[in-house]
Amino acid sequence: MVDTAPERATRHAAHGAVAMPSATDLYNIDSLLTDDERMVRDTVKKFVAGQVLPIIGEHFEAGTFPRELIPAIAELGLLGMHLEGYGCAGLNAVCYGLACQELEFGDSGLRSFVSVQGSLAMFPIYAYGSEEQKQHWLPKMAAGEVIGCFGLTEPDAGSNPSGMQTTARKDGDTYILNGTKMWITNGGFADIAVVWAKAEDGIRGFIVERGTPGFTTSDVHHKLSLRASVTSELHFADCRVPAANMLPNVRGLRGPLSCLDEARYGIAWGVNGAARACYESALDYSKTRVQFDRPIGGFQLTQRKLADIATELIKAQLLALQLGRLKDQGLAHPVQVSVAKRNNCRQALNTAREARSILGANGITLEYPISRHMNNLESVFTYEGTDDIHTLIIGQAITGLNAFA
Amino acid sequence: MNIVVCMKETPSTTAEKSFTADMRLERRKEDAIPNPFDEYAIEEGLRQQEKNPGSTVTMLCMGPATATDTIRKALAMGGDRGVLVTDPALAGSDAISTARVLAAALTKIGYDLVIFGNAAADAYGGVVPSAVAEFLGKPLLSYASQLGIAGDKATIQRQAEIGYNVVEAPLPALVSVVKSINEPRYPSMKGIMASKKKPLDTFSLADLGLDAATVGGAAAREKALGAEKVSTQRKGEIYVGNDGAADRVVAFLVEQKVL
Ligand SMILES: Cc1cc2nc3c(=O)[nH]c(=O)nc-3n(C[C@H](O)[C@H](O)[C@H](O)COP(=O)(O)OP(=O)(O)OC[C@H]3O[C@@H](n4cnc5c(N)ncnc54)[C@H](O)[C@@H]3O)c2cc1C
Repeated sequence: MVDTAPERATRHAAHGAVAMPSATDLYNIDSLLTDDERMVRDTVKKFVAGQVLPIIGEHFEAGTFPRELIPAIAELGLLGMHLEGYGCAGLNAVCYGLACQELEFGDSGLRSFVSVQGSLAMFPIYAYGSEEQKQHWLPKMAAGEVIGCFGLTEPDAGSNPSGMQTTARKDGDTYILNGTKMWITNGGFADIAVVWAKAEDGIRGFIVERGTPGFTTSDVHHKLSLRASVTSELHFADCRVPAANMLPNVRGLRGPLSCLDEARYGIAWGVNGAARACYESALDYSKTRVQFDRPIGGFQLTQRKLADIATELIKAQLLALQLGRLKDQGLAHPVQVSVAKRNNCRQALNTAREARSILGANGITLEYPISRHMNNLESVFTYEGTDDIHTLIIGQAITGLNAFA
Repeated sequence: MNIVVCMKETPSTTAEKSFTADMRLERRKEDAIPNPFDEYAIEEGLRQQEKNPGSTVTMLCMGPATATDTIRKALAMGGDRGVLVTDPALAGSDAISTARVLAAALTKIGYDLVIFGNAAADAYGGVVPSAVAEFLGKPLLSYASQLGIAGDKATIQRQAEIGYNVVEAPLPALVSVVKSINEPRYPSMKGIMASKKKPLDTFSLADLGLDAATVGGAAAREKALGAEKVSTQRKGEIYVGNDGAADRVVAFLVEQKVL
């Protein structure tokens, strides 16, 4: 029963052939991961297969977020898993990326929930909060008892957040917030909002608790994308928050942008999960669907699509992995995050469209995951910096010339 | 209470299977997982630990040196320590040899309650728990769908054709569990981090005082002669037309005890 690796290597060498790699890991990227990393991935994969896939289609159709999964997600330790202490697991960036990948294999809405909680709500408190704020909020957020959201975008300030109009006026030991935040994931049910507003000394972050007078939310309805996710408006009308709720250790756009950098990193991994779901579904279908007396996977045109999809997926996975390795060494630059976010969202969206075409009419239904992913990916392509904005970030980095305005 | 869970490393059920010339399953490290049936044993061990404060759970595995990773997967679910019995001489061990080795390891580490899955997903022999019990001279409560510990007594429910049997035995005892006993937990992110710091001991045959001639391929009384792929093609029966098709469908359903 014991079989040693060198023995096997000799056997393979003797045959003079390398075994065919699996169609879903054509480049053996698995071998670049550590045992821990694989364990994290496999755990989340199993969770998604067991708990998410059976219900996600119905939630998408109903336009509801599967809140019933929050306790299990928290139990797994996925909320703020890359932060250390305060009830968080303290795993590396690659583990966090792999978890995002597997969650988004399930649905972009689910991954968005985890991204927002960990990278956009917990991270700013962790990185810029006072010790009391961290002690008070982070353990409850890791346990899923307190859900957060991140309010940066406004009706008139999307790609250009420095154009924000929400204000925070100091009045004694309180701040008075006024303004509207738009397109806020988790907004409708979040217990706290991390809100960015213009104060006298520049842009500041505030922790605003649900129920604070002057703070209300309303959900965006009739979405055709990210339907299994809550997207809301946050309204602040003379909303008074204690000055102690301001994040003391950051000022200016750097605060929200550094959070976005964290979340964009997770997206660069996440969309590969959505792409893989589309690929696997289309590959499977192409081998069983028969037209003109043969499986459609046997036609050259279908093979061209599948070969492109498989190759783009490998490239995207390698981009994400190298980014993760750099991040774990503290060497990742924001422009590298832009490269991976932009490329991987693009390729995932293209993959979804190509994969959809392979399924013909079946591809448009919720029986298969592809159209759901395709619609979701339109949001992912747009949020956290649109494809265009990342193009400009990369362009500026490599030319030294600013083309934003 | 000293709880020991016996867990085997098996290839994942979806992995492509191949065999060596002497009909041994080729085991690739990438495909290795804890035997899916043993997940229920691991879970039951952890639940018994929760119900009986002060208990410890040890994950015991006999396997290749690389099986430490598989033990870590179990330790990521919980438990206190791992023990791997590994030795080049163990290659090709059959069920009886495996049981001999596990019994020796259990004697060395000590136990009050030993929990097994009811079979391994690779060989599907299902005889190891009873053979270990025989070597140890201890009672085996097999095919448990429920397990309770009260004082120094273990009580199980075993599913029967109608209802279930209640069987009990004094501790120390061995228990093999079936899938309906529980729903195994997922390892948590913190559990995965913690598993790296849990002690994991490795024993050789010499450490257990076993003679290499009594185990491994040489001592195996069981031999695999051949292996063939099972065809999973299902054949449907189609009844067409008006001439009695409905009656045949009804007769079929009656025969299947659906009606
Ligand atoms: C489902 C969903 C969830 C979201 N969740 C959150 C959240 O939780 N928190 C939050 O703060 N925000 C959130 N957003 C908002 C998201 O980040 C913004 O939608 C995004 O930044 C783009 O802003 P906009 O929609 O206002 O588009 P605009 O900025 O108006 O852009 C419109 C178009 O113009 C292009 N464009 C803009 N400027 C330039 C330029 N200089 N050069 C070339 N092209 C340009 C854009 O690329 C785009 O194609 C979410 C959005 C969606 C769809």
